[in-house]
Amino acid sequence: MTSAAPLAGSSPLSTADAARPQIEFHGVHKTYDLGEVQVHALRGIDVTISPGEFVAIMGASGSGKSTFMNLLGCLDRPTRGSYFLEGTDVSQLDKIALARIRNRKIGFVFQGFNLLSRTTALENVELPALYAHMKPEDRLKRAHEVLALVGLANREHHFPSQLSGGQQQRVAIARGLMNRPAILLADEPTGNLDSRTSVEIMDIFQRLNAEQGITLVLVTHEPDISRYARRVITFRDGRIRRDEPVAERAIAAEVLPTLPLVDGESEENQD
Amino acid sequence: MDLLSILRIAGRALRRNKMRSALTMLGIIIGVAAVIAMVAVGQGANEQVQEQLASLGTNMLFVIAGSHQAGAVNFGWWAVKTLTHQDEQAILHLVPTVKAAAVQCQSRKQVIYGNNNWATNIVGTEPAFFPIRNWQFALGGPFTDQEVELADNVAVLGNTVVENLFPYTNPLGKTLQIGNLPFKVVGTLQSKGESANEGHDQDDLIVIPYTTMQKKITGQNWVQLIIAEAVSRQASTAAQQQITDLLHVRHRILPGQMNDFAVRNLADIENTAAATGHIMTLLLASIASVSLLVGGIGIMNIMLVSVTERTREIGIRMAVGATEKDVQTQFLLEAVVLSAIGGFTGIVLGIGGSKLISSLAHWKVDISTISILVAVVFSVAIGVFFGYYPAQKAARLDPIEALRYE
Repeated sequence: MTSAAPLAGSSPLSTADAARPQIEFHGVHKTYDLGEVQVHALRGIDVTISPGEFVAIMGASGSGKSTFMNLLGCLDRPTRGSYFLEGTDVSQLDKIALARIRNRKIGFVFQGFNLLSRTTALENVELPALYAHMKPEDRLKRAHEVLALVGLANREHHFPSQLSGGQQQRVAIARGLMNRPAILLADEPTGNLDSRTSVEIMDIFQRLNAEQGITLVLVTHEPDISRYARRVITFRDGRIRRDEPVAERAIAAEVLPTLPLVDGESEENQD
Repeated sequence: MDLLSILRIAGRALRRNKMRSALTMLGIIIGVAAVIAMVAVGQGANEQVQEQLASLGTNMLFVIAGSHQAGAVNFGWWAVKTLTHQDEQAILHLVPTVKAAAVQCQSRKQVIYGNNNWATNIVGTEPAFFPIRNWQFALGGPFTDQEVELADNVAVLGNTVVENLFPYTNPLGKTLQIGNLPFKVVGTLQSKGESANEGHDQDDLIVIPYTTMQKKITGQNWVQLIIAEAVSRQASTAAQQQITDLLHVRHRILPGQMNDFAVRNLADIENTAAATGHIMTLLLASIASVSLLVGGIGIMNIMLVSVTERTREIGIRMAVGATEKDVQTQFLLEAVVLSAIGGFTGIVLGIGGSKLISSLAHWKVDISTISILVAVVFSVAIGVFFGYYPAQKAARLDPIEALRYE
């Protein structure tokens, strides 16, 4: 797809422009060179996401949605094309600058929770602040704050192995929120959770999105889950196949009362 | 990320595998302890040698009559006839760093008393000879300057001569025959035992005035040796140079010409012994260092395993904003903490070991602060050196790959 030519050498655009999209992909290609063969994971992606959006990314495995998320999360750089994050051309930045952006602007939530074992919930949550050189007292205060936000104020000194899957995922969300990011990226956050816990997580996401105005990008292959978003982008063969608003949006807070409680505490299928 | 937090993380990571951390440290512990103990033993032995040498009289200088070449034949030391009692007087009076001097000429004669006879070394010298060499008397005393001047037939006997000629009688005042001349015994020397080199019997000699020797026995007016004593050990090197310069003038030796004498300095010999000692210490230390090196490799090995095991952790840290440098610092510090703890334990063990050696083997050991300091610096350096590669490996991980790692 060549509809949008890559912008060479990002021209400084007016940051005063409030209507400007938060995330802009222009003709982004990502090719993995595996020696003999070249894998074209992304073949020209043009997409814009505005502040405060709640986007679900769908697609079969191999469709390029994970690659898209890696680029979005500044874990990787595009082979071709440009990616503007809040007006900065991220595709031109070095590794140190990318690490800084991941630290300050982006929060990650993974399918496998990815918490540090033998490290308390509180310390896990504090981790991004350590790399942001936040003062210890501010760090602790903020960690208490975000843990309370996800409803785990009383589990601060538990280790991940002492927490249920849903609780672990909430610790991960709290960690993602630690440095007040503008964007929260969730890569199949409900993949390892049962349906009720999944909805609980979606409830947290919807509240964060609505109350704090955090942009949410959620990768999922469950159509049920994508209905909690406002917009669904579907990937196929490295291209965007469909990009449409959600017709009948599900509200987690309304769905939850209809779901049965399982043994008082939500259970999950561990990976 | 502040240092304290990194240290906390490092501590936690090391506690996670207590047994493994302890075994890894053991390499460094043994290495450091071995270096400290070996250096202590080496230094102790060195000191003991120095003490023994000091008892020989390290202020002593020897002026040896030089070699002499006739055609193709070189006659070796003592061959020239240019070294004289006047040289000795000049050295004594003109060289300020010399406080005493005595000539020495030698011969070998058959000596007879009553039914006993014995072949021995006859040394012709002056009274100053005895205090310079620090030779103590068993009976009587040295002959006098006056007796030297008059070339009297007086003799001081070494213990071996006493034992062979006077097995049952007191030799003092007795008259023995050297060659065919009668000599009165004025003193006997305390036994000095065998000398350090080749078991030479230092007691097998008779000391007589050098004048008597020159006029009545050898008929030579030159001496083979001048013994001088420097004012201090430090001055002996200066004295050596001054004597050399003086004899150059006296013997009219032009620059570029061969000396007809040589000046030997016991301090030089002592320095040689000290250098040998240092080489021994260095050798011991380097052997011990090998174990330190092996310990370091152990650290590298464990850190590499640790990096692989914790790939996912590294990925998580990178995803939440750790830079390559953050990750590198973390792993480097873990290695340094490991080696530093090992190093300190090793120091304690090394000191204890040295003390044990000294009390069990009755060896003199000298625990030097320098070796401890070096051990500390070295063990930390080993941590940095052997931790660098694994840390680098951790820092270079691709966050996406690392996050996917099972």
